[in-house]
Amino acid sequence: MTAAVETAQTTTIHGDRVSLLRVLGPAHVWALGVGIVLVGEFTGWNFAADKGGALAALIVCWIVGLLYTSVAMIDSEVTSTVAAAGGQYAQAKHIVGPLMAFNVALFLVFAYTMLEVSDAILLGDTIVAKAGVEGLTHNSFIAATIVVLAWLNYRGVLMTLNVNFVITAIAYVSIVVLFFSVSPWTQGAVLKLNELVTPGNALPYGWIGVIAAFQFGIWYYLGIEGTTQAAEEVRSPARSLPYGTMAGMITLLIAAAMTWYVCASLMPWEYLGITYYPLWDAGKLTGSPLLENLLFIATLLAALASANGCINDAARAWFSLGRDRYLPSWFSAVHPRYRTPYRSILFLLPIALAFAFIADLNQAITFSILSGVLQYTFMSINIMMFRKKWPLGSIRRGYTHPFHPLPAIVLFCLCVVTFFAIFLGFGSQLIAMVAFYFLISLWFHFYRYRFVRRGDQFTMPWPKPQGY
Amino acid sequence: MSRYKPPEQSKAGQVFDIAVVVVAIFVALWLPLKLGLAGAAKSIDALDAKTWEALGQNPTMASIWEKLGYTPETAHDIIQNRFHYIIDWPTLIIMAIVLIGYFVFLFRASDREYRDVINEKFDDK
Repeated sequence: MTAAVETAQTTTIHGDRVSLLRVLGPAHVWALGVGIVLVGEFTGWNFAADKGGALAALIVCWIVGLLYTSVAMIDSEVTSTVAAAGGQYAQAKHIVGPLMAFNVALFLVFAYTMLEVSDAILLGDTIVAKAGVEGLTHNSFIAATIVVLAWLNYRGVLMTLNVNFVITAIAYVSIVVLFFSVSPWTQGAVLKLNELVTPGNALPYGWIGVIAAFQFGIWYYLGIEGTTQAAEEVRSPARSLPYGTMAGMITLLIAAAMTWYVCASLMPWEYLGITYYPLWDAGKLTGSPLLENLLFIATLLAALASANGCINDAARAWFSLGRDRYLPSWFSAVHPRYRTPYRSILFLLPIALAFAFIADLNQAITFSILSGVLQYTFMSINIMMFRKKWPLGSIRRGYTHPFHPLPAIVLFCLCVVTFFAIFLGFGSQLIAMVAFYFLISLWFHFYRYRFVRRGDQFTMPWPKPQGY
Repeated sequence: MSRYKPPEQSKAGQVFDIAVVVVAIFVALWLPLKLGLAGAAKSIDALDAKTWEALGQNPTMASIWEKLGYTPETAHDIIQNRFHYIIDWPTLIIMAIVLIGYFVFLFRASDREYRDVINEKFDDK
């Protein structure tokens, strides 16, 4: 593996050139990726059971795992070569063009902001359910979560991701503890899979339900690609990014399989499909107060870790848009003391708060998934263009993923299936969101692009792309 | 090729652009919620007899529902609230056209902009 090209762009503050700090290692990359995603095991994946039954949730767990393995492979190659803040945004800028980069940054911002909203709703609802006090609403808990985490991000990335590493590890261990506490090797004592998932109810909607379940199957892993957002703050991107991302994927595949097995063996699919906290419910159904309380705390920690990582990632994507003048350059400010994109963090704060109060959990999750799938569709085409414009050997790559173009084709096909899955039950939301991206793209292409410095968009020390 | 010099944007212009983006975000995300276009398209297949058997629940399932604090009456709307997967072809075709049109526009317009970037970047050398 060769050294990646590192581009630490700077922003001028009061005459001083200030850049993001390179302080992160592979463990932080793992914590950023898994921290964002692990909440998917604590809520959201189970809505796949609602759309297709318990067995459909397992099938999509593995198939969507394949989609994300493709995402991780592709992302590791491109990111270890284009190591700049903004992750996929910087990739799109160098490989496809400014309008695509603008859209990709918006995909990232919406995917992460709506994921942060989902996390805050989950946290608020879980506390309210635990308290069991009549009249208590989740609003104050949501507001406190979003504001405190924004403050943490404002103060600095190293502290933010150190906190994420600890709380993600605790949440992950709780899943492992739950799994081994219910004697997974025996059926009938605690787990009753064969009585809850029967030939008659395993696929209540048939195979169309399996396809429909892809929508929420995405939630098992959505956000793992967020590891690339830290590219400018990682000490050794070529080593840390592929290693952290791949380790994160393996971690999540194991957690997803354990989560499905325990939850499907403890509750009927109709309940599993609508509960907001399947793992906490699983803890309750074991009859062990210790497990119940452990899973309650772990649900809160997973939500906190995810929201924390999401604020980090969304703010960096928004910051990158400002730095390149795709949006007003006011957003490109780096805090002179904390070296964080503080204006972007503060700008996105009220947006997250507003949607946390007006959307419910599955709506917020769907908004996030839609932006995620649009981004994955881009990634499948992006890697093809990357290999065509700069074939192997023409530039230094930090990592070269194997079996090209198979992962890209698999990713593209699974994205098409997922769009169809979203259409099954959430079609109007999908059309409204794509219409938004289309209109904002027209605004960018015909108006905003005039403020962008053309040649400055290409910062990598690469030769001219083939075909141009 | 001469370098393109973008106009300097005034503070008022920056504020206006920020407002445009904020409005666009809220219209895109809030309007579907307000118009009831967001969320799952499900409906309840009501049953007259509200028993665990009629609801398709075996004794193990029934005992778990009861452990969770449900009776057949309170669980009825959860169990019978179902998706009805009927493919609405006109909507599916509209969705496909919107998606394909969006990506085609995105790649074509991006390519035009990208050529400007590459020409300016490499013709300077």
